[in-house]
Amino acid sequence: MAQTVFAPWDDPQQKPLIQFVGVTKRFGDFVAIDDLTQDIYEREFFALLGPSGCGKTTMMRMLAGFEAPTEGSILLSGQDIAGVPPNKRAVNMMFQSYALFPHLTVWDNIAFGLRRSDMPKDAIAARVEEMLKLTRLSKFGRRKPHQISGGQRQRVALARSLAKAPKLLLLDEPLGALDKKLRQDTQFELMDIQETTGTTFVIVTHDQEEAMTVASRVAVMDEGRIIQVATPEKIYEAPNSVYVADFIGDVNILEGTAKANGPESYAIDWGGAEPATATSARPFSDGQKAHLAIRPEKIAISAERPADAANAVQGKVLDIAYLGNLSTYHVELPTGQVIKAQSANTRRVSRRAYTWEDPVWLSWSATAGVLLES
Amino acid sequence: MNRLSPFNVVSLTFGFAFLYLPMLILVIFSFNSSKLVTVWAGFSTKWYGTLFQNEAFLDAAWVTLKVAVMSSTFATVLGTMAAYVLVRGGRFMGRTLFSGMIYAPLVMPEVITGLSLLLLFIGIGLDRGVMTIVLAHTTFSMCYVSVVVSSRLATFDRSLEEAALDLGASQFDAFRLVTLPIIAPAVISGWLLAFTLSLDDLVIASFATGPSATTLPMKIWSSVRLGVSPEINALSSILIGIVSVGVITASLMSKRHAVRVRREEQAAQRTA
Repeated sequence: MAQTVFAPWDDPQQKPLIQFVGVTKRFGDFVAIDDLTQDIYEREFFALLGPSGCGKTTMMRMLAGFEAPTEGSILLSGQDIAGVPPNKRAVNMMFQSYALFPHLTVWDNIAFGLRRSDMPKDAIAARVEEMLKLTRLSKFGRRKPHQISGGQRQRVALARSLAKAPKLLLLDEPLGALDKKLRQDTQFELMDIQETTGTTFVIVTHDQEEAMTVASRVAVMDEGRIIQVATPEKIYEAPNSVYVADFIGDVNILEGTAKANGPESYAIDWGGAEPATATSARPFSDGQKAHLAIRPEKIAISAERPADAANAVQGKVLDIAYLGNLSTYHVELPTGQVIKAQSANTRRVSRRAYTWEDPVWLSWSATAGVLLES
Repeated sequence: MNRLSPFNVVSLTFGFAFLYLPMLILVIFSFNSSKLVTVWAGFSTKWYGTLFQNEAFLDAAWVTLKVAVMSSTFATVLGTMAAYVLVRGGRFMGRTLFSGMIYAPLVMPEVITGLSLLLLFIGIGLDRGVMTIVLAHTTFSMCYVSVVVSSRLATFDRSLEEAALDLGASQFDAFRLVTLPIIAPAVISGWLLAFTLSLDDLVIASFATGPSATTLPMKIWSSVRLGVSPEINALSSILIGIVSVGVITASLMSKRHAVRVRREEQAAQRTA
């Protein structure tokens, strides 16, 4: 049975759960959010990704109700939520510091929000037990936050923010305090929980790997603006700007001028011995400045010039970064430019074909790179 | 355990002798059987006996206790409220002025505080007695409470309150259920500070009181002017005893709590 692809953003019939409409937020002279318009759909796992100070946390705090937009409006299920205080919103937040109440047990932490509603006592107890089970914390209900480990605290914070079954769950750098191994496990757990509960998640992170792993769509932000919103694959394979290409993963940028040499095909004169060939759906005029962005893993490395490669340049190995499963070769071209090429270490390292100072050929296909305007 | 060098032993001895010798002499002479304070005539506890028959002293002790409990409670409520507003109120008009002004009574000479309160009480025609001492003590000790509580609030993780609001608590519930229990140790030490300040205040109480109410420090002061009696030594020894027991218990309890928390945290990390 073929699964339908989850893509409500492509369906004009779908009503967004959250709408930012021309939202601007200023703190004094500082513009944290600059005229931002964005829809987020139900059941989405939406990631806000960007460097610190790009406004991602401000967006989240506006959704939670801790900040109010200076201009524009934020709609939740079509309702403007500007005047609604945080304690009256069907939105819950998981804080970066977890913000667990240190004087209450795990059980009472999770029950805190439920007790603020008019839920009967036995229903509260049942709901808390359900949340403890969901986050695999049933054994720890009687403990205080300081009596459990960091990973468990993270799960308590998640259980507490999910207990009231919010329409929208906000996660502020939820995994920042965990070590790498635990973080990876927890990412998959988060995705499972998001799927089981069907809650819409908005996650703020500066870790691009984390955003790519968990999110259905990633919004890359810079200086209060969203630069690109797309699925992780599109963000990685088809970035719309040099900023996004550079922010997500590793990339080589060749700067030059474009000249059409076929339908949707361009020759880029970047200062090398011969111009590079690249395809692009985006039109470029002759002589227009262009950036060719190529991911290191899409560049092959070989001793001889490959016969059928669309692009090939010669250089010498400057540095090798051994990452275990992969090695990244830093290759210096005659122009002085350093290009990174990555290859999987399918053989033992002692049998490596190239070493420092070796002359090598780098090659990539015409479709390997993305041609970007400067 | 480190061994102390001779120099350190000497400085420690001198320092502590300077602090505690006067009190030690006072306690020793409270067990003197002679009526003459400076002449040792053998061990006796009779002065403790006569002290508990001295109505005037017992009355004064009762007044002092009443004043201390009431004034420190009022001061704690007011001081905590002031600290909360100053730390959490954001940048409202006149905040800097207010937070400067709350510290002013700390440096104000007691004589001036006392005198100005006296003038105020006379001016508004308040009968001076226990209530006026309570008011006066509340006035000067609330700023101490406010200092203690605001230093705790300044390091308080704001997201805890935000989390409470986010989970549907009202502002008041967030304070009552989250902030207050967490800053309780600071509030309690503020109360204890206000309590001891009220207990040993002589100057302000003398200004604020009328003929109907005499506190223990005032009583001691007036009796000493007629000559030091061994009874006063006994009374002072009891006060020293009460204060020492209180301080030692409090510090032992907080130390044991800290050790327990650390041990439990380590245990949680190991089993993770």
